[in-house]
Amino acid sequence: MYDIVIIGAGVVGSSIARVLSKYDLKIAVMDKEADICEQTSKANSGIVHSGYDAHVGSMKAKMNLRGSKMMESLCKDLDIPYRRNGSLVLAFSKTDLPKLEALKDQGDANGVEGLQILSTEEVLLMEPNLSNEVTNALYAPTGGIVDPFKLTIAQAEVACQNGVEFKLKTKVIDVEKHDDYFIIFTDKGEFKTRILVNAAGVYADDVNNQLSAYKLKITPRKGEYCLFDKQVGNIVDKTIFQLPTALGKGVLVTPTPDGNLLVGPTANDIIDKDDISTTAEGLKSVIDRARKSVKQIPMGFVITAFAGLRATEQNGDFVIGEAIDVPNFFNAAGIESPGLTSAPAIGEYLGAMIANRLNAIEKSDYIKTRTDTVRFESLSLADKANLIKENPEYGKIICRCELVTLAQIKDAIHRPLGAKTIDGIKRRTRAGAGRCQGGFCSPRVIEILAKELHLDPREVAKSDSNSVMLIEFDKDSL
Amino acid sequence: MINRDIVIIGGGPAGLAAAISCYENGNKDIIILERDNSLGGILNQCIHNGFGLHTFKEELTGPEYAARYISQVHALGIDYRLNTMVIDINKDKVISSINETDGLMQIQAKAVILTMGCRERSRGALNIPGYRPAGIFSAGTAQRYVNIEGYMPGRQIVILGSGDIGLIMARRLTLEGALVKMVCEIMPYSGGLKRNIVQCLDDYNIPLRLNHTVTKIYGKERVTGVMVSEVDENRQPILGTEEYVECDTLLLSVGLIPENELSRKALVKINAKTQGPEVDECLSTSIPGIFAAGNVLHVHDLVDYVSMEAALAGKNAVKYVNGLFKPGFSIIIEAKNGVRYTVPGTINPNNAEDITVVRFRTGDVYRDAYLSVYLDDERVTHLKKRILTPGEMEQIIIPKKWFAERPNLQKITIMVEKE
Ligand SMILES: Cc1cc2nc3c(=O)[nH]c(=O)nc-3n(C[C@H](O)[C@H](O)[C@H](O)COP(=O)(O)OP(=O)(O)OC[C@H]3O[C@@H](n4cnc5c(N)ncnc54)[C@H](O)[C@@H]3O)c2cc1C
Ligand SMILES: Cc1cc2nc3c(=O)[nH]c(=O)nc-3n(C[C@H](O)[C@H](O)[C@H](O)COP(=O)(O)OP(=O)(O)OC[C@H]3O[C@@H](n4cnc5c(N)ncnc54)[C@H](O)[C@@H]3O)c2cc1C
Repeated sequence: MYDIVIIGAGVVGSSIARVLSKYDLKIAVMDKEADICEQTSKANSGIVHSGYDAHVGSMKAKMNLRGSKMMESLCKDLDIPYRRNGSLVLAFSKTDLPKLEALKDQGDANGVEGLQILSTEEVLLMEPNLSNEVTNALYAPTGGIVDPFKLTIAQAEVACQNGVEFKLKTKVIDVEKHDDYFIIFTDKGEFKTRILVNAAGVYADDVNNQLSAYKLKITPRKGEYCLFDKQVGNIVDKTIFQLPTALGKGVLVTPTPDGNLLVGPTANDIIDKDDISTTAEGLKSVIDRARKSVKQIPMGFVITAFAGLRATEQNGDFVIGEAIDVPNFFNAAGIESPGLTSAPAIGEYLGAMIANRLNAIEKSDYIKTRTDTVRFESLSLADKANLIKENPEYGKIICRCELVTLAQIKDAIHRPLGAKTIDGIKRRTRAGAGRCQGGFCSPRVIEILAKELHLDPREVAKSDSNSVMLIEFDKDSL
Repeated sequence: MINRDIVIIGGGPAGLAAAISCYENGNKDIIILERDNSLGGILNQCIHNGFGLHTFKEELTGPEYAARYISQVHALGIDYRLNTMVIDINKDKVISSINETDGLMQIQAKAVILTMGCRERSRGALNIPGYRPAGIFSAGTAQRYVNIEGYMPGRQIVILGSGDIGLIMARRLTLEGALVKMVCEIMPYSGGLKRNIVQCLDDYNIPLRLNHTVTKIYGKERVTGVMVSEVDENRQPILGTEEYVECDTLLLSVGLIPENELSRKALVKINAKTQGPEVDECLSTSIPGIFAAGNVLHVHDLVDYVSMEAALAGKNAVKYVNGLFKPGFSIIIEAKNGVRYTVPGTINPNNAEDITVVRFRTGDVYRDAYLSVYLDDERVTHLKKRILTPGEMEQIIIPKKWFAERPNLQKITIMVEKE
């Protein structure tokens, strides 16, 4: 019997697990995927929103503000990239000015600090590459950018190092409420738990609806992106938004913490909860709309495109807390944007509630920090030299574009909740995330994964067992 | 800090030929830095034949061609380091590299020869929509898997792009038992050599679909198929021509990009058309003492020309170290009317050899056209060409005596003419 089972190892499930891991409890996180951070948490804008978007008094506003405040020190504890680069919402005509002002008022009411409306000159002084059509902008100095993979993985690692079990490749099929426990039926057997937490992303309605009479309905809202080479990563310094529309925050142009340029997303409601395919129309519309904000979008430097699904609940707000009719069942559902920003706050909020319910006691040996895999590329030459002296495997470059070494890849494999797939290596080290997109390094990465995990190279997958890369020779058909 | 007269970055055919040439021209204080675990560059995975026809008058495989140069490097005792990645060069020609045994190694060079080759364009650069499953490979990566690692990328294959690597891989995968369903090419002509189309596609009945592209990729985990569409003259898919082709693998052979991230760090000026450094008749870049040759300079289809070009760079690097470069007025070479670019882009007659070979590619297919050279307004060359295509590199010879005869020459123009 577990004290707590959390369904979903995205950023929300990982945040909750991290917070609860400081208590003396038996906890498991279950996810159907082969790695943590395989769904929405891996495909989003990575923006730490300052909090002017959310309606005053909403759960979104509350969690966003708190999350944004927590982010800097949390990222320090987790040793992951975070930068408070600030953000701008652009207006392109004087008639838009009242909308900017309304946004500012909402932000002020939500408690966002330092919001300011800027003139064309002030905006262009800040960001010279923006379109000359800009008439005004709302400047939010507290906006930031974070690496979403690392925010998820690092929190899961902290949870893991403090004893939380992660059951990956474990798909929850059904949940049953009994007097003072739940039975969770999965494709890997049955589990019992006293507290059940639902952080299942776009599938959170399915989980909730098996237990509660208060039905949720989550519609996946697809967002498509283009990612650009680091060479053009400094076209803008701040995150550049346009005025929000009914479907979301519109198309943004932003640097990423690793120095790439990210442009997107679209916002289209779809039916299939697994459909993360990009579309020709989507990618075109992203670029067309970004051209409104930025004078020149350097199309020759696109290195990849991707799409993610927002878990939009029909009532428009996050659903966080204990289900009214199912004691000990806690939802973190409908966590669409700003879910990444809010996740640490959701963890804190639900964590406190659950710990309280269980009268949990804090452990004395809880370790709240972790160190990230070395980011070799960003080190000075002298630091690089010293590191190689300590461990010569830092002298062996595997990914040439992002300068990722053998030592980093081995570390990513052997640390808690280590990488088992090519994508897992990529998200932990950036090997394969650069301009050649794994052309050079994927043969090497497959070889290393196979060797370190004692697999045949043909068993090494991109992301799960059905996505193997290589097969054997077979001339029987000839 | 170590001092060396000449440092050669990259030990592919260009780097090898450059090193040998340096040695033969009298400078032995040289070193080749190569990031891979063997010399030979991309040739190591090109196990097909067809290399060296011009140089050795016989058809060698890639590794055989490379071996001739590698054994010469050994025989001459030229210094090299393997598994050594150059991570920085500055404009003062300090080269920083790392490897497992030497750690960080910094070399102050008098001259540098850039021979880093090129990389393949990836799916992202094309922005093909769809899922991101396993089973999408660039053709060169697939070539490495099959020829070096000993694995197949898949069984049912569609190849996008008719660059040479894609054509070679169509044949290779067929020989290994895969079914290559088609090669799609968005342009009305192939980007590869004619001989490869005949020997790698036609001989195996693999259809080449010109004016076709892949418009969507299917399969959530592994590729299950692609949508192929015909394109119009603006390269836009034509509605209603979509055809779903089942496959487990999509190979991309959609162009090569010279690897000039290092050159940029040294502030070498890059030509927007070639994506390689701008060079003069000596293959000197915009930074004096930094030379470039091979695929890092512009993408070659025949390795023979890579070796020749690199030998010239080597010779000039020695000249530079010996202080033998003469200042002088540089004549501009202008690429016009269908000629996309030229390498070199300028000629200083004071340093030119008896003949300067100008290499270039055309931007389109031309039949029964003429290649013309103008010295200012005077047409001096008018060569009839049965066919000119972007897939095959062309060259024009400029003899030095032309300059002596025309002391006021400002500009050389190379162009395609209808008549
Ligand atoms: C286009 C887009 C842009 C965004 N931009 C931002 C932004 O800039 N800033 C921001 O703050 N937020 C942003 N967000 C929102 C943010 O990405 C999400 O709110 C956040 O990632 C949600 O995390 P999660 O853990 O709830 O969901 P997920 O990451 O989807 O995790 C849910 C997990 O549950 C697992 N699961 C589901 N069902 C089962 C089952 N039956 N059994 C086992 N496991 C199961 C899944 O495999 C998955 O791993 C954006 C979202 C999108 C789509
Ligand atoms: C698939 C394929 C088929 C071909 N078929 C033919 C054919 O049939 N006939 C023919 O004549 N030609 C053919 N060619 C063309 C010919 O092989 C190439 O043009 C030639 O290999 C280019 O030589 P290079 O030295 O410029 O580049 P490469 O061979 O790419 O060598 C560059 C070297 O530099 C190294 N390097 C790069 N960056 C660094 C760094 N930072 N530090 C250290 N080292 C570095 C690389 O590891 C590599 O070894 C083919 C090419 C390919 C790819």
